[in-house]
Amino acid sequence: MRFERVSVRYPNAEASAVEDVSLELSAGAFTVILGPSGCGKSTLLRTVNRMVVPAAGRVYVDGTDNAQININTLRRSTGYVIQAVGLFAHMSVADNIAIVPGLLQWDSKRIEQRVDELLDLVRLPATYRNRLPRELSGGEQQRVGVARAIAARPRVLLMDEPFGAVDAIVRKSLQEESKRIAQLLKTTILFVTHDVDEALGLADRIVVMAAGKVVQYGTPLELLTNPTTPFVEDLLDTHDVVRRLGLLRAQDVMQPPRPETEGAIDAQATLRDSLNQFLQGAGTLAVERDGRRIGTLDFGDVQAAIRR
Amino acid sequence: MIDAADFAAHLQRHVELAGSALAIATLLGLAFGSLSSHAHAARGPIVTLAGIGRVIPSLALITLMIPVFGLGFRSACVALTLLAIPPILINTDLGFRSVDPAASDAARGMGMTATQMFWRIEWPAALPITFAGVQTAAIEVIASATLAAFIGAGGLGEYITRGLDANITSILFIGAVGVAALALLTNLALGTLRRLIGVRT
Ligand SMILES: Nc1ncnc2c1ncn2[C@@H]1O[C@H](COP(=O)(O)OP(=O)(O)OP(=O)(O)O)[C@@H](O)[C@H]1O
Ligand SMILES: [Mg+2]
Repeated sequence: MRFERVSVRYPNAEASAVEDVSLELSAGAFTVILGPSGCGKSTLLRTVNRMVVPAAGRVYVDGTDNAQININTLRRSTGYVIQAVGLFAHMSVADNIAIVPGLLQWDSKRIEQRVDELLDLVRLPATYRNRLPRELSGGEQQRVGVARAIAARPRVLLMDEPFGAVDAIVRKSLQEESKRIAQLLKTTILFVTHDVDEALGLADRIVVMAAGKVVQYGTPLELLTNPTTPFVEDLLDTHDVVRRLGLLRAQDVMQPPRPETEGAIDAQATLRDSLNQFLQGAGTLAVERDGRRIGTLDFGDVQAAIRR
Repeated sequence: MIDAADFAAHLQRHVELAGSALAIATLLGLAFGSLSSHAHAARGPIVTLAGIGRVIPSLALITLMIPVFGLGFRSACVALTLLAIPPILINTDLGFRSVDPAASDAARGMGMTATQMFWRIEWPAALPITFAGVQTAAIEVIASATLAAFIGAGGLGEYITRGLDANITSILFIGAVGVAALALLTNLALGTLRRLIGVRT
């Protein structure tokens, strides 16, 4: 997906909501748009499925200028999740999920199967099929919203603060699920949030926006270690060492295995997790994958990682 | 003077009057209600007009029709139609407005055409509210159709005028009870129908 000098101006607005944005997203990547309220995140996202039409510039999806694609074809092949969820109140969970496959005229048997698959994927019991949206909790509704958006296997998935309306614990679990689902789907995902930790946790790459413009575009670690403007530095609180440690995994900085260790840590665990054990007095930790020791980690390695 | 055949004839007339007024009012109320909820500019005037229509007393409305349509069925039917339109129109307008904006945003974003959105999202959301409007209108029309007798259009109101003329309470009573029973039965029937629809949509 590619944005080429995209500008958006709403009628009667003094300033452009999005101004001269050019970006190239890698296929299959999880890209997060991060920025303060009103900076144009949703607007930029909505140019992709032409819910908003740019005043200037083009958006390419799969190499095609999206203005050249039939609008309904474009939207049916682009998943869209919004903060307010927007489930159809008079339809069952299954009917909500089946909307786009229905519009694409899949046969009913295939739709049934797909609904079952999706309920399973977003970890909702199959018995929820016939429930109405109002009979679900907020978090469950969000899951249905995600299932509905990915039902017809979209090439591109747009998520606009999809977990903004649920409490922190549910949000955490939904974030983990999205990550898992993203890995399964291999869809190009564009995800909007103003929650820095959410962005750092989910993104392959982050687009930082302010006042309609892209301020910086890079991997979470790049942004944390090398913010190009004071704005990014402040927004991400790049001096927050613990936050940076949350992005590095034990396997990234470990040393070769040594016999004398005082505890163990999973290779996938972050250095932030390791801090706990060091603070409790562990000197050297064995780094393990599937129960096999593959390296060691001591506090010196963690310190070195911070300085890098 | 009062036998079963006589009663049946008046009852039939009453039902014809109320039924045709309600049918026409439903069509017009639906049309203008969905217009006002979809067209921004049209909403103000339409809803205001409907509001005014609501506060004009039915007797005045019926009397006003006489110079235009003369004495009889036509005047009564037009007046009753005008009486029935506001509740249907206003509820239809409200019904379409009750569609969750997030749901229509999502529907548009999923690639529904305007027609698909109307039939799959907007109409099912509006239907229960519109239907409640039709139910209200039906009761109003059945009650007000009693007045049709005053301008010679017949119906169960005939017993009331006769009772008044002859000063016989029991005749008047037959009219009043007949209208009340008809209104109650209609309300019951429509209520049941509404629940049935509610289950389906
Ligand atoms: N439909 C609209 N008409 C006019 N102006 C709009 C419209 N939608 C958004 N704007 C304006 O455009 C700017 C960008 O809005 P946008 O919704 O893209 O912000 P955002 O970054 O998504 O904010 P938030 O985090 O609060 O959702 C804001 O100043 C907003 O007021
Ligand atoms: Mg937004």
